[in-house]
Amino acid sequence: MGTLGERTAVLGVGQTKYQSTRGDVSIAGLVREAGLRALEDAACTWADIDAVVIGKAPDFFEGLMMPELFLADALGCVGKPILRVHTAGSVGGSTALVAASLIQGRIHRRVLTIGFEKQSESNATWALSLPQPFSVSINAGAGGYFSPIIRRYMARSGAPELIGCMVAFKDRQQALRNPYAHLHQADLTFDQVVEAPMLWDPIRFSETCPSSDGACAMVLGDEAAGDAAEGPVAWVHGTAMRSEANNFPGRDEVSPQASRDCAAEVFDKAGITDPRSEIDVVEMYVPFSWYEPMWLESLGFAERDHGWRMVEDGSTNLDGGDLPVNCSGGVLSSNPIGASGMIRFAEAALQVRGMAGNHQVEGARRAFGHAYGGGAQYFAMWVVGADKP
Amino acid sequence: MVKVGSVDPTPLRADLVIEYPFTRTTGPVVGAFMTGLRDGRIVGSRRADGRVFVPPAEVDPETGDAIVDMVEVSSAGVVETWTWVDPPRPGSPWEAPHGLALIRMDGADTPMLHGVLVDSVADMATGMRVEAVWRDERVGHITDLVGFAPEGTDAIVELAAGEAASAVSTEVAGEPVRSIRTPIRLEYDFIPSAAAQEYLRAYADKRILGNRSPVDGAVFVPPRGVDPRHGVEATEMVDLADTGHVGNFCVTHLPIPGRSDLPTPYVSAWIHLDGADIGFLGLVSGCDLDDVRIGMRVRAVWKPDDELGATAENVRYWEPTGEPDVPVEQAGNQAWSAKESPDA
Repeated sequence: MGTLGERTAVLGVGQTKYQSTRGDVSIAGLVREAGLRALEDAACTWADIDAVVIGKAPDFFEGLMMPELFLADALGCVGKPILRVHTAGSVGGSTALVAASLIQGRIHRRVLTIGFEKQSESNATWALSLPQPFSVSINAGAGGYFSPIIRRYMARSGAPELIGCMVAFKDRQQALRNPYAHLHQADLTFDQVVEAPMLWDPIRFSETCPSSDGACAMVLGDEAAGDAAEGPVAWVHGTAMRSEANNFPGRDEVSPQASRDCAAEVFDKAGITDPRSEIDVVEMYVPFSWYEPMWLESLGFAERDHGWRMVEDGSTNLDGGDLPVNCSGGVLSSNPIGASGMIRFAEAALQVRGMAGNHQVEGARRAFGHAYGGGAQYFAMWVVGADKP
Repeated sequence: MVKVGSVDPTPLRADLVIEYPFTRTTGPVVGAFMTGLRDGRIVGSRRADGRVFVPPAEVDPETGDAIVDMVEVSSAGVVETWTWVDPPRPGSPWEAPHGLALIRMDGADTPMLHGVLVDSVADMATGMRVEAVWRDERVGHITDLVGFAPEGTDAIVELAAGEAASAVSTEVAGEPVRSIRTPIRLEYDFIPSAAAQEYLRAYADKRILGNRSPVDGAVFVPPRGVDPRHGVEATEMVDLADTGHVGNFCVTHLPIPGRSDLPTPYVSAWIHLDGADIGFLGLVSGCDLDDVRIGMRVRAVWKPDDELGATAENVRYWEPTGEPDVPVEQAGNQAWSAKESPDA
C-alpha cells in the first residue's frame, strides 16, 4: 500500500441544482451557494476553514481568468491561502486532490475545495474550435475529438451498436432520482435515445452531455476533524493523478497509459486488488456515453474489449447491478464542466456516507470517483470508504 | 532533407484575433448597481457596521457574510488618487487624454475607479471635487457614466465613437439589470515555430515535411523540432508522401464556428501519411460519406498551382486512392505499436 500521509475525511458536500441557466446569481453567488451548503453539511463556518482550493474550466470556456482573485471574498478566504488548479475537464477531480494533499501533507486541518462553471455565459464548443493560422480549421469541439476514439473502440471490441444508447438511457433514468441533476427527462424512452440525430457520428445528440451552470464544493478535514464529526464522513483511501501527451506514436487513445497507471496507483494505495468486487459504486467521467464501457476496461473493472458486456447485462445499473455506475446521472445528466469532476468525487463520498438519497446504493462501503480531461490526457481518481483506512 | 534553422529571415506571420461576446449574470447586488446606473443613480452596498462599498461588494470580506442592504450615494465625490492617461489605449471608452482616478463618492467608504474629464494633467489634483457626467441614453452598464468632471464646471464632453451601448446591454426595458455583455477580444501576432516555418514553406512546393526523432526514428508530422516523448531536439526533416490512410474519423453533422463555408455533414479524419508515425487532421471527400473506413487509403488533392501558398490549407482534402485498405488493427497509431519501439 502506498503512502497517504495524514488520514483525510470528507466532512461535507455542497451542490447547486444544475440547470441550463442560473440567471439569478453571479458567479460569486453561485460558488458561495455551494460553499455554504458544504459548510453546513460539515457543521463548520468560514472561520473553521484554513484554505480554499478552487478549479474551473479553461479560461476561454467562459472568458474568465484568475477566479482565485475575485472569488476569495465570496468564499470567506480573505487573509487565507487560496489556490487555483487547472487541468481541463478533469479539473474538478484534481482540485479535490490538491485540497486533499494539503491535509495529507499536514499543511492544513480543514480545506474547502470547489469547482464551478456557468456555461450559460459562454460557449465551450466555440472555445474548443479556435482556428489556427496556416492550418485547416476542422476541429469540431469535444465531440469531434472523441468521436474517432469511440469509433476505434467500437471497431476493436466488436460492441453492439446501441451500447452507447443503453448508457445514455440508464444515466438519464438514474438522474431522475437525483434532485441536483440538470436533465430530468421523465418521459424519455429508449427509442427516443436511439432515434436522436447524429451530431458527431457515431455520437448521437442523446449520447452527449448538457451545458450546465453549477458549482460543487467539499470540506475536507484531517483525522481529528473526521473523528470529531457527529455525522458520517467519507475517509480517503487512495488518491492518484496522471497525465500524458495527446498525440504520439503508438498511443493507445482508447485506454491511455496514463489512465491505466493512475488506476493502478489509486487501487494500490487503497489496498484493492480486484476492483470489480471490492468497489461498491462508481462515479466516473462519462461526457459521451461510450466512455462508460471504455473506462470500465481502462480502470480494470472489466477485461479489455469486454466493458460493453457490463452495460448490456445491466451490471452498471443502480437497480440490480453489482457495480452501479453514475447513480447521480453522471456528466451525461449535468455538466458544469469546471465542477463535473468534483461532482464525481463528491457523489462517491455521499454514497459511502449513506447520504445519496434516492440514488443511494444500499450498503455502499467503498466508492470510486474519477475525472478525465483534455484529449483524454489528464486523470484524477480517488477511492473513499465508510471505514477509516 | 532540410535542416531546421535554415529559416527565411522574414518569418511567416499572421494576425490572429480571438473574440467572443461573453455574458455575465450580475446577481442582485451588482445588478442593483447596474440598474442604478441606468437610472442615473450610484448605488452601493452597506455592511452591518454601516460602512458603504461603492461599487457594491456582494460579500463582506472580513466576515464572509452576504451584504444585501443597498443604498444610494451621491453622484459627487473626491479624488483620492489618480494618474494621467495619454494617449488612451485602443478600445478605451475615452478618445482624449484624461485622468484615471479612484473617486470616493459622498456617502461611500470605498473609492471607485473611473475617468476624470479635464483638458490637462495640470487640472488634476488629489482631493479635487468631481461629479458624475451621465450619458443621455443609458442601458445599465458602467459606460452609462461618461466620467467625472470638476464640480460646477458643467462639462461638455465629446463622447468617444467607441462601441455602441447595445453591444454591452442585454437589457429588457424597465426591468432590473440581470446580465451584461462582456465582449473579450485578444489580438495575437501569430508566428509559427522554426520547424513549422519550414513545414509551411514546403507546402508551397506541394511537399509535406516530417521531423525524425533522433531517439528511435519515429517521424512526426507536423514537425515540432523536438521529440516531445523524450524531451530532445529533433533537427532532421524528411519528405513524406502525399498518400496515406485514414487512421480514424468523425462524420460531423454540426457546422464549426467560423467555418460556414464547410457544408455538413463532412468527414474529419486522422490522416496517417506513408512514412509518418502520427496522424494529423484533414478533410476526406471525393467519395460517399458511408464509404469512409478506418484503414482506407487516401491521397492529397492539392489546390491549383496558382493558388498555392505557405500553408497547410494547400491540401483541399484527401480522396480515396482505390488501393486495398490497411487492416483495421494496423491502422492509425497502431501502425507504430506494431513496430515495437526499441526503448518501449
